Amino acid sequence: MPAMNMLQALNSAMDVLLEKNPDVVMFGEDTGYFGGVFGATQGLQKKYGADRVFDAPINEAAIAAMAIGMAAKGLKPVAEIQFADYIFPAFDQIISEMSRLRYRSAGQFTSACVIRSPWGGGIRGGQTHSMSPEAFFTHIPGVKVVVPSNPYDAKGLLIAAAESDDPIIFFEPKRIYNGPFDGVPDAPLKSWAKHAKGEVPEGHYTVPLDKAEIVREGEACTVVTYGTLVHVAEHAAEKAGIDAEIIDLKTLAPYDIETIAASVNKTGRVVVAHEAPRTSGFGAELAAQIQEECFYALEVPIYRLTGWDTPYPHAHEWAYFPGQARFIRALETVMETR
Amino acid sequence: MTDRQPRLHVPSPPFRPGDEPDFSGLDLQKAGEAKRPAPDAGWKETADLATGLVGVLDHNHQAVGEWDPGLNPEVLREGLRHMALTRVYDERMLKLQRQGKMSFYMKSTGEEAVGVAAAMALRKSDMVFPSYRQQGILFARGRDIVDMMCHCISNSRDNLKGRQLPVHYTWAEGNFFSISGNLGTQFPQAVGYAMGAAYKGEDQVTASWIGDGTTAEGDFHAALTLASTYRAPVVFNVVNNQWAISTWQGIAKGDAPTFAAKGLGYGIASIRVDGNDFLAVYAATKWAAERARMGKGATMLELFTYRGDAHSTSDDPGRYRAKTEYTVWPLGDPIERLKNHLIGIGEWDEERHERMVEELTALVVKSYKEAESHGTLHDGPLAPTQTIFEDVYAEPDWRLRRQRQDLGV
Repeated sequence: MPAMNMLQALNSAMDVLLEKNPDVVMFGEDTGYFGGVFGATQGLQKKYGADRVFDAPINEAAIAAMAIGMAAKGLKPVAEIQFADYIFPAFDQIISEMSRLRYRSAGQFTSACVIRSPWGGGIRGGQTHSMSPEAFFTHIPGVKVVVPSNPYDAKGLLIAAAESDDPIIFFEPKRIYNGPFDGVPDAPLKSWAKHAKGEVPEGHYTVPLDKAEIVREGEACTVVTYGTLVHVAEHAAEKAGIDAEIIDLKTLAPYDIETIAASVNKTGRVVVAHEAPRTSGFGAELAAQIQEECFYALEVPIYRLTGWDTPYPHAHEWAYFPGQARFIRALETVMETR
Repeated sequence: MTDRQPRLHVPSPPFRPGDEPDFSGLDLQKAGEAKRPAPDAGWKETADLATGLVGVLDHNHQAVGEWDPGLNPEVLREGLRHMALTRVYDERMLKLQRQGKMSFYMKSTGEEAVGVAAAMALRKSDMVFPSYRQQGILFARGRDIVDMMCHCISNSRDNLKGRQLPVHYTWAEGNFFSISGNLGTQFPQAVGYAMGAAYKGEDQVTASWIGDGTTAEGDFHAALTLASTYRAPVVFNVVNNQWAISTWQGIAKGDAPTFAAKGLGYGIASIRVDGNDFLAVYAATKWAAERARMGKGATMLELFTYRGDAHSTSDDPGRYRAKTEYTVWPLGDPIERLKNHLIGIGEWDEERHERMVEELTALVVKSYKEAESHGTLHDGPLAPTQTIFEDVYAEPDWRLRRQRQDLGV
């Protein structure tokens, strides 16, 4: 199997989708000729033509609405919003329209499409290129929310998303496009080539949209996270020498409560972690559901490791980002070894 | 203070409650005067039409000028019937709403030509993304009236399972998209749909309707940008009925000469049409659809009309506009005008008209009885309660399964 970074894996997924299904079309800002600002759609316009992979005007509401209309017509749009921070002009179309079309029409019309968007911080993007707005979307009935954490999953989840009958918000942790990140900003860049999940099959395969994965087995405590922080968590557990079980959610809506509950019932100690601000973040949902499912198994309060309730700062990015030091502190806190 | 300095300007309507409205100052081109370019003409050739007014029926109820679609009397009588049915249906439904049979209602009074004539000019295979005041399309496309009523009273036969407010119809079988309650969202979606048809190589045209007030939404700009860029086979209809609930159209139009003129900046063929003139709406829609089918892209039609009644059952227009505006509206009433035209050409008479209205009234009354036999919002039966958990996703996941159990259904 070839080694791919996450962008190559996403590109390969879209190549597979375009090849397989003539109803698949792709569009977004700079996604056509240029292939996207991160290069995710590179080469696809040349290979499949400008009527299948094309540039959209800078109007995210228009991009989402176009996807809805095309999906209602029976196409399968895979649209890109250039940064997750830019998705808000499309918010009404996603929240009021895309998510509810099946429901409000009692199944007469559907809007099954994929909205891909580079997401999360750690790239010195400042407040408008670093956000993790997943909780806005997990709050909305009718859309599914996916966040892969490695090339293998990115490809398999994107293909599954595009083959799903539901609209999917697909957030791509851009910090780990080119390699896993341990949460230590000064450390040299790692490559996906040396990571097991950097091995990506060329052809068609899917990763299920409703299953989390235990990426590190452990007995002492449970970490529930997704995206970039999966790697930060793994590294922190190694570094702290804590036998943590780490769960990569992959899909946030619907999240895999069975896998989470089984682990927490075993360990009794939990860290839920995300980059997004703390208040009303997705960690709040996880913590609430975990206490409901596993209250009598819990040994200590659930620890929420999150970004702060501030906009994402530029110069002080690493004071905001839940990096290795904060992760270790979180693990030690739930282990009561601090 | 002089006139030559910036001052905050907030437009206000010419008349408010208590005023005697006088529309003689409205700049309305006479019927028959507007030129009709070929449907494949460049958008620039519509520049005069965007600020003019395409009309066919003159004040003597004669069909005049280049835009006369030359319809045979049979088609005209059909149009008259659909418009009359729309009005009879609306009146009946309003009464029923007042009796508590429905949570809410919205009439099309005065705007019946907008939906009916457009639907008749389009093919039934053409897709429509309407707003909430074009139920005439449904009558013109032959939707079952009982089904429409069952939706409005949210009963067990409501094809939307009681999920939508009354009049927010969906009818996929009739190529009628799901009506949103959020304004303008359907405009750019219609473009996406039209692009999809073009992508598939079909000759289907997509039409959408919004009101004058909604042109202020960003989605209006999104739609026109998309349509212009991708030359989508779409017909945009801006129904300028002068009032967005209590807000006068000038609040959305600003200093633009007309709403239609806003299309020109996008390179979109744009025409202002007498929206109370069945023949003009028919002819302009036909022109726009033909243009779209020729691959020449979008057309924007401003249907200049007047909202004859309240916005919905939730507002009282007497509190924000002059009472007699509708009665002195210079473009008259669409049903009366078509009726008088038909009488004028010897194809109709008052007695037949009266009989038709009686017959339609009987049909509506009978249909409602049948609709009510399937339940009402208040007394049921409704769609089974567990249906609230269906159609959120293609398949419910554990969250919805558990919540359904929680509710005990």
